[in-house]
Amino acid sequence: MGVTTIEKRLAPPRRPGAIAWLRKNLFNSWLNSILTVVTVVVLIFILRAVLEWVFVNADWRPITRSPLLYLVGQYPRGELWRIAVSLWMVSFLFGLGWGVWRGLFRAFALALAAVLSAGVFLPPPVDAPALLFRLSWLINPLLVFLGFFLASWLHLKGRHVLIGWLISFIVTPILLRGVEGSSWLPSVETTLWGGLLVTLILAVGGLLLAFPIGILLALGRRSSLSVVHYSSVIVIEAVRGVPLITILFMTSIIVALFLPPELRIDRLVRAMAGMTIFAAAYIAENVRGGLQAIESGQIEAAKAIGLNNIQTIVLIELPQALRAVIPSLVGQFISLFKDTTLAVIVGITELLAIGRAVIQSDSEFIQLQAEVFVFIAVVFFVLSSVMSYSSRKLEERLGVGER
Amino acid sequence: MQPYRLHPAALPQMTLKEGSRRLLGFSSDVPLWRDERFLRAAAQSISAVLMIGAVVWLVTNFLQAAEQRGMSLSYDFLSQETGFPIGESVITYDPSRPFIYAFLVGLLNTLKVSLIGIIFATILGTIIGLARMSSNWLLSKLALAYIEFFRNIPLLVLLFIWYFAVFNRFPRVRDSFALPGPIYLNQRGLFVPWPKFTTEGLFFLGAILLGILAAIAAWIILRRLRERTGRRTYFGAVSLFLLLLFPALAWLGQGGQSITWDLPRLEGFNFQGGTGLSPEFAALLVGLVTYTAAFIAEVVRSGVQAVDRGQREAARAIGLSGTQVLSLVIIPQAMRVIIPPLISQFLNLTKNSSLALAIGYPDLFSVGRIMINQAGRAVPVFSMIMLTYLAISLFTSFILNLYNRRIQYEV
Repeated sequence: MGVTTIEKRLAPPRRPGAIAWLRKNLFNSWLNSILTVVTVVVLIFILRAVLEWVFVNADWRPITRSPLLYLVGQYPRGELWRIAVSLWMVSFLFGLGWGVWRGLFRAFALALAAVLSAGVFLPPPVDAPALLFRLSWLINPLLVFLGFFLASWLHLKGRHVLIGWLISFIVTPILLRGVEGSSWLPSVETTLWGGLLVTLILAVGGLLLAFPIGILLALGRRSSLSVVHYSSVIVIEAVRGVPLITILFMTSIIVALFLPPELRIDRLVRAMAGMTIFAAAYIAENVRGGLQAIESGQIEAAKAIGLNNIQTIVLIELPQALRAVIPSLVGQFISLFKDTTLAVIVGITELLAIGRAVIQSDSEFIQLQAEVFVFIAVVFFVLSSVMSYSSRKLEERLGVGER
Repeated sequence: MQPYRLHPAALPQMTLKEGSRRLLGFSSDVPLWRDERFLRAAAQSISAVLMIGAVVWLVTNFLQAAEQRGMSLSYDFLSQETGFPIGESVITYDPSRPFIYAFLVGLLNTLKVSLIGIIFATILGTIIGLARMSSNWLLSKLALAYIEFFRNIPLLVLLFIWYFAVFNRFPRVRDSFALPGPIYLNQRGLFVPWPKFTTEGLFFLGAILLGILAAIAAWIILRRLRERTGRRTYFGAVSLFLLLLFPALAWLGQGGQSITWDLPRLEGFNFQGGTGLSPEFAALLVGLVTYTAAFIAEVVRSGVQAVDRGQREAARAIGLSGTQVLSLVIIPQAMRVIIPPLISQFLNLTKNSSLALAIGYPDLFSVGRIMINQAGRAVPVFSMIMLTYLAISLFTSFILNLYNRRIQYEV
C-alpha cells in the first residue's frame, strides 16, 4: 500500500478580478460603500449636465466662426507664414534638445509635436490655400524628429542647442515684427498681434528675461555685502508682497506717464517688463532654495582648491543649484502662462481679450459668454496639463523629489 | 577684531605706508588689491554708491517729469469730496465723503472678501485634500480631477465664467429662485435671512461668548490636571457641555425668542430686509474659494503624507485609538509641514482678490483706480495701493510666522 505524498504548495496568487477590485477599492467598508454610491450619483448628474450643455444647449458659433482669431489675433493673414516659420524653428530646436538630452527632454518634444499636429484640424483662413495651411502644421512633427535624428547622428552637445535657442530668440521677434520699409518682411505693429500668440510671447519672453535677473537677485540675497543683500531682499519681498496686476499697471501705465513723449515704448514690451519683474522675484526664491540645498562641503572644497568667490559661484554653486530648480522653473512657467491673462486689464489683446472682443463683436454673442470663456479655460487647461505632465516626466528622470 | 599691537621696537623700521596699513588692520605682505578685507570694503562702498546714485537719478528724473507735466505729487486731495458712488461697502458711504474714506471702503471690501474666502477655501481645500487620500478609488480620482482642473486654468478666466456665465445668468428679480430659508437667488445676487440687531440678540451673543470662554478655560485646566495626575478628567465632554450650556440657558430664559430674523422679501423692484450678497461679491468669493481650495488640497495632502508611516504604525502599536492617532500623532506633525505653504496660499488669495477689478467688485485696487481717474493723482494713489497690499502681506505673514514658529518648536 503505497502512499503518494503530494507536495504542499501555496496556491498561486490569484489575479484580482473586477469584482475583487471593486470590493477592495470601492466597497471595503459600509462608509465607503455609501461614499461610492453618493459619488456615482453626483458624477452621473454632473456628467449628464455637462454633456447636455456641450452637445445640445451650447452654441459654439463664437469660436467656430473664426478660430484663427484666438490663435493670432489680427495678425495679417498674408503674413501668417512668419508665425509658421517661427513654430518650425521651435519644433526643430525641441527635436535637437530631445536628441541631446534624450529622456530628460523627450516628453516636452513629443508633447509639442502632438499639440502642433493638432493644428491640422483647424479650418484654414478663407483666402489661403487649404492644403498648404494644413501641411504647414504637419511639418512641425517632422522637424521634431529631424532634429532628434540630426542631433543623434552629429553627436551634438548641449551648448550647440543652447546657441540655437539663443539665435531663435533673436530671430523670432524680428521675423514677427518685421523690418520698417522692407518689401518682403513688412513691419507688423504689435497692436495687431493677439490671441495665443501674445499669451505665449508674454509667458516665454517674461520667463527668459526673468531668469537671469532672478539668478542675480538670488545671489544678491545671499551676498555678505550688506548693501547688496538688503537691496535684493527689498526688491524680492516688495514684488512678492503685491498682486501682479499692480505691477502690470505700474509698468504699463504709471511708468509711461513719466517717459518723455518721444520715447514711446511698445505696449507689449511694457506688459512684458511687468511679467518679468514679477517672475524674477519668484525665480529668485526658487534659485535661493537650490543654492541653500548645496552641501557646504562643495563650497569648502572649491575654496580648498583655490577658486575665488566668483569662480565658486559660477563653476560650483550655480550649476548644481540650477539643476535642482529646473522642475520648479517649469511650474513657474505654467503659472506665468496662466497669469498672462491679467494683461487683458492693461489692454493687451491676449487670448482672453480676444474672447471678450468676439463677444462684443456680435449682438447675438452677448448671450454666449459661457461658451467663449469655457473654451478659453479648456485651451489653458489642455496646454498647462500637457506642460505639467511633461514636467513630471522630467522630475522622474532627474530623480528630484525621490529619496 | 583685535587691535594690532605695535611693539615700540618695530616702529622705526616701518615706512609710513606700512604703518598706516598695519593700523588699518591690513597685513603688510599681501598687496592691497588682493586683500580680501580691502576688496570687501571696496565692493561694499562701490555698490552703495551705485545704489544711491541709481535711486537719486530715478527720483530726480521722476520729479522733473512730474513738474514738466504739471502732475501733482501731494496727498492733499485725500480730504476732498470724492463725488463718485461705490457699489457696496461695509461702512456707510456716500459720494460726499472724502477720498481717504473711499480708500478705506475699498480696503475693507478687500479684507472682507479675503477673510471670508480664506475660511471657506481652507474648509473646502481640507475636504478635497482628505478626499484625495481616501481609500475610495472613485472619490480620490474625483478629488484629483477637481485639483487638476482648477490648478490648470487661469483665475481670471474662472472669475469670468462664474460672473458672466453663472451669476449674471440667474433669473430676473421677479422670477427669483426661491430656496428654503427663505433664500432668494437672482440677477441682483443672493438674499439670505439675517439676525436683527436687538438687545435680546446681544444678550444671546454674550451667552455664546461666555460659553466659548468657559469651554476653553475648562479644557486648559482639566487637561493640565490630567497631565499632572494621570486621572481621566473628561475634558472634552466637560468643555462641550459648558460650550452649549450658556447659550441653552439664555435661549430658555428668553423663552426661545433670542434671535429675531430679518427675512428678505420682494418690495417693488428689489428685495428688502435680510442681507444680500451682490453678484460681484458672490462671483469673486466663489471664484477665489474654488480656485484656492485646489491648491490648499494639495498642501493638506502633501502635509499628511509627509508624516512617516511608521508614526501611525507605532501609535497603533502602543494602543491609541483611531481618533487619538489622528489628533495626537498625525495632525500635529502634519501641521508643521502644512502651515508654511498654507500661509502663502492665504496671501495668494488676498493678492488675487485684486482681480475684482475685472468683474466690478469695489475692492482696494478698483476703488484706487477710480480715485486715480477722479483725482488725477496717479502716483500718490498708486503708491498708497502698493503700500497697503505690502502692509497686508507683511503683517499676515508676520502673524502667521509667529504661530508657525510656535508649533515648529513646541511640539
